[in-house]
Amino acid sequence: MKKYSLLIVSLFLSLAAFAQVKKGSVLIKNGTVITITNGILENTDVLIEDGIISKIGKDLKAKKEMKTIDATGQFVMPGIIDAHSHIALTTVNEWTSPVTADVWVGDALDPLDINIYQALAGGVTISHAMHGSANVIGGQNETIKHRWGVTDPELIRMEGAPRTIKCALGENPTRVHGRGFRVRPGSRMGVEEVFRESFSLALEYQEAWKKYEADKASGVRSLAPEYNYRLQTLVDVIEGEVMIHCHSYRADEILMLMNVCKDFGIDKICFQHVNEGFKVAPELAEFGAMASVFADWWAYKFEVYYSTAFNAAILSKNGVITSINSDSGELIRHLYHEAGKTQRYGGLTDEEALKLITINPAIQLGIDKKVGSLEEGKQGDVVIFNAHPLSVYAIPQKTLVDGVVYFDIENDADDMRIFADPEQVVEEPVFANDHDHDSCMEGAEQAFQFLFMGKSK
Amino acid sequence: MKFQKIYTLVLLLGLALNAFAQNPKAESGLFALTNATIETVTNGTIENGTLIIQDGLIAELGTDISIPEGAKTIDCTGLTLYPGMIDGGTRLGLSEIGSVPETNDYSDVGGINPQLKALTAVNPNSVAIPVTRTNGVTTVLTMPSGGLFPGTSALINLHGYTPKQMYADFEGIKLQFPRAGKRGRRDRRTPEEVEKEYKKSIKELDDFWTKAVDYAKIDSATGKARYIPELIALLPVVRKEAPLMVEVNAAKDIMKAIKWVEDKGINVIFTGVDEGWRVADSLAAAKIPVITGPVLTNPSRSSDRYDRPYANAGLMLKAGVKVAIRTADTENVRNLPFNAGFAAAYGMGKEEALKAVTIVPAEIFGVADKLGSLEKGKVANLFAADGDPFETKTQVKYLFIGGWKIPLVNRHTQLYDEFLERDPGVKK
Repeated sequence: MKKYSLLIVSLFLSLAAFAQVKKGSVLIKNGTVITITNGILENTDVLIEDGIISKIGKDLKAKKEMKTIDATGQFVMPGIIDAHSHIALTTVNEWTSPVTADVWVGDALDPLDINIYQALAGGVTISHAMHGSANVIGGQNETIKHRWGVTDPELIRMEGAPRTIKCALGENPTRVHGRGFRVRPGSRMGVEEVFRESFSLALEYQEAWKKYEADKASGVRSLAPEYNYRLQTLVDVIEGEVMIHCHSYRADEILMLMNVCKDFGIDKICFQHVNEGFKVAPELAEFGAMASVFADWWAYKFEVYYSTAFNAAILSKNGVITSINSDSGELIRHLYHEAGKTQRYGGLTDEEALKLITINPAIQLGIDKKVGSLEEGKQGDVVIFNAHPLSVYAIPQKTLVDGVVYFDIENDADDMRIFADPEQVVEEPVFANDHDHDSCMEGAEQAFQFLFMGKSK
Repeated sequence: MKFQKIYTLVLLLGLALNAFAQNPKAESGLFALTNATIETVTNGTIENGTLIIQDGLIAELGTDISIPEGAKTIDCTGLTLYPGMIDGGTRLGLSEIGSVPETNDYSDVGGINPQLKALTAVNPNSVAIPVTRTNGVTTVLTMPSGGLFPGTSALINLHGYTPKQMYADFEGIKLQFPRAGKRGRRDRRTPEEVEKEYKKSIKELDDFWTKAVDYAKIDSATGKARYIPELIALLPVVRKEAPLMVEVNAAKDIMKAIKWVEDKGINVIFTGVDEGWRVADSLAAAKIPVITGPVLTNPSRSSDRYDRPYANAGLMLKAGVKVAIRTADTENVRNLPFNAGFAAAYGMGKEEALKAVTIVPAEIFGVADKLGSLEKGKVANLFAADGDPFETKTQVKYLFIGGWKIPLVNRHTQLYDEFLERDPGVKK
C-alpha cells in the first residue's frame, strides 16, 4: 500500500512539475520568416498554439484572446541554440578524478543566473549546460531552455533532450591530473589510455550484468554485480544512450578519440571547440562526427595557436555538421554575430551561417525534431530581430520560448534579476577586461591553485 | 648529363625554397587608387574618387586627380576607402600565447614601473599582427598591465621589422587607478582585506606622486637630479607635457579619479571606463577624453541592463565626452570593427562609431596630423572594402600601411588555403 501511495505521489509531483512549464499562444504577423529548413518567407505569419508552432503562412487569424506580435519589417527566426556553455550552473567542474561519469550538472542548475536573461536578450533560447573539461571523462550535461523567471531548477530542463556526457582531451586534463595530482593522464598518450581502460572496464561490467540477467532468466540463482553508476554511465555511452561531447583542440587527439570510438562501437560524437578540426575535416566527415567550434578564439593557450577563424567554413564545406558555440557568458549574447564571422572568414552564405546556430546545434544535441527551425509541429522558440540577424547592427527585439515572450526590448527593465541578495548592500561591479577564455576550467582552476599553489586569489 | 642533373636539382631547390617562403612581402611605390568611394571621415564622402599614395603619404585625393606617371593603378570600382582603424588599447605584440608565461611580456616585477616601455617588447613578427591588420586595423596602442604603474604604452603601426619602424609617435604612461572593491568574481578576498589593500594602494599612489612632484622641483632647480628611473619617467607627466593614461572602470573609482586628477592639475586620458555611463556628465564636465572598451562584454553588475556595455560609448558621447573605442584584446584585436559596430547599433550611430576608431583616437594621442582620416599629407594608412567595414560580411580587398601595400595573408588565411580542400583527403 505504501508503495502505491509513493508511486501516486511521485506521479503527481512529476505531472505537477511538467504542468508548471509555461506554454504560450501567439500570432507573429507579417515578418520576414527565416525558417532555416524551408527558405525565407516574406510577409508571413507564424502561429504558435500552446507552445507549438501550429501554422506558418499568410493572413493567419489569431484565435480569440490570443496575443499578436506585429513583425512588419522585422526578421523572425528560430531561437538560437548554444551547443557549449556553462551558464546557469552553480558549479562546473568535479575535478577530483580523471573519470567522473557519475556526476551530472543537472544537480547544479541555477535558474537565477542573470546570464540566462542576458542570453535571451541575444536571442538564445536553448543552451547545453556542460560539465567542465578538467577530466578526461567528465560529468553528464543538461540541455536547458531559457525560461527566465522560474526558481525551480526542474523547470529549465528541456524535456526529452537526450543525455550527453562531457569528455576532454589535451592540456586541461593533463594539467590537472598529470601535473597536479601526478596521476594519469600526464600526456596525450595517457588520455587515450584513460579512455580505453574506462571503456574496457565498462564492457566487463556490462558483461557481468548480462551474465547475471541471463542466469536469472534461466532460473539460476547468482549474486548480482555491485551497482556502479560511473561504469553504468560508460555502458550507456557504449550502447549509444549517452552522446559524447568532447572538448578537443589538436588534430591528432581528435583522430585518437575517433579510433577509440571505432574500437568500442561508439558512433555518436560531437567534438567541442575542435580548433584543429579543419586539419582532419575529411576524417570527421567520414566518421560522421560533428564539430562545435569557436568563431575566432585562438592563441589563448598553446594548443589553439595553430588555429584559424576559417575553421567553421572548412568543416562545413567538407560536409561536417558544424555549429558555433560560446563557452562563455559573453559570447552567448551575440552568437548571431559569431555566426556572421563565417562570412568574412570563408564566405558562407546566409543560410549556411544561420544553420551554425540553429538546426546544426539542435542536431548535435539530438533535439532537431523539436527545435532548430521554424516548422509546423516544432516548439515555439523564436527570436525577432529588427534587421537581418547576420548584420552587426541587428538588435534582438523579442525572444520566445514555448510561445512565451521572455525577452521584450520594449518591456526590458534596467534590473531583470529574479533574486537580489538582501544582505548585499552595494553590489560589486565585475570587470571582464581579461576575457573569460575557456570557462570550461571554471572551478577547477581556483581549486587547483588553492590546493597546490597555496593561493586563494 | 651530369651538369643537367645538377641544374635540375638547383632549379628544384629554388622552387622548394620559394614554396616555403613565409609571407609575401609588402610592396612599396607610387599607387593610384581609382574609381573609389572615399570615406575621408573628416571631410565627408568623395564619390568616384582617386587617391594617390606617394612616399608613404596620401599625396592627393579627390575627383579630378591626374594619375602621376609610373603609378601602379588599382581599380577600386565598387570599393570604399577608409582610414586604417586605430585600436586605443590592446596587448598586441606583447603576448603571443596567453597561457604560456614565457611568451608574455606585458607585466614585470613590482608595482611601480612607469619607466618600462612596451615598445621595447613589441614583437614585430607576432603571428597576431597580420591577423589583425587584414581586418583594416592598421594602428594600435599596446599596453603593459599589472601593478599601479605597469609601464609605458606605445602606439604602433602594424607593419615593420623593428619596433622603431612601427612606432607611431605616441607613448603614454599607464596608471592602474586603485580599485575600491573586488577585482572580479574570482577575487576571494574578504571585504576587510579589500578595504585594507585599497587604502594601501591609494596611499602608495599619493606617496609616489608626492615624490614625483618633489623630484621634478629638484630636477628643475638643479638641472640634474639623481638617477631614479621611475621618477625620471614621470617628469613629462608632472610637467603637463604628456598625458597620464588612467585605467579606471567602476563609477565610484571614476569619480575618485576625476577628483585626483583635478587636484594634481595634470593632463589625462581615461581608459576602460566600463561604468562611464553612470557618471557621464561628470566625465564631460571634467573634459577628460576616454578610450572605452571592450564593447562586447557583459554588464559589470548583474543588476545592470543587459545592453549597457554596448550602449556605454554612445551614452558618454551624448553627454559630451570625447570617446574612442578599444578592444583591450591581444590575439583578437581584429574584432575592433565589430566592437564599433555594436556601439553604433546601440546608440552611437555609424558615423560617430567610425570616428571613435579613426580620428578620435588619433586626436586623443595627439597624432591627428598624421593618422585617423584620409587627407592630403597624412600617412597612407588605409584600406579598401567591398562594404561597411563593421559588417562581418564585408571583405577587405586592399590594405596600405605607411604607403606599403600589405598582402592580405596571415596564418589563418594560409591554413584556409591549405586545408579547405585537403590533399590527400581521407584515402592515401
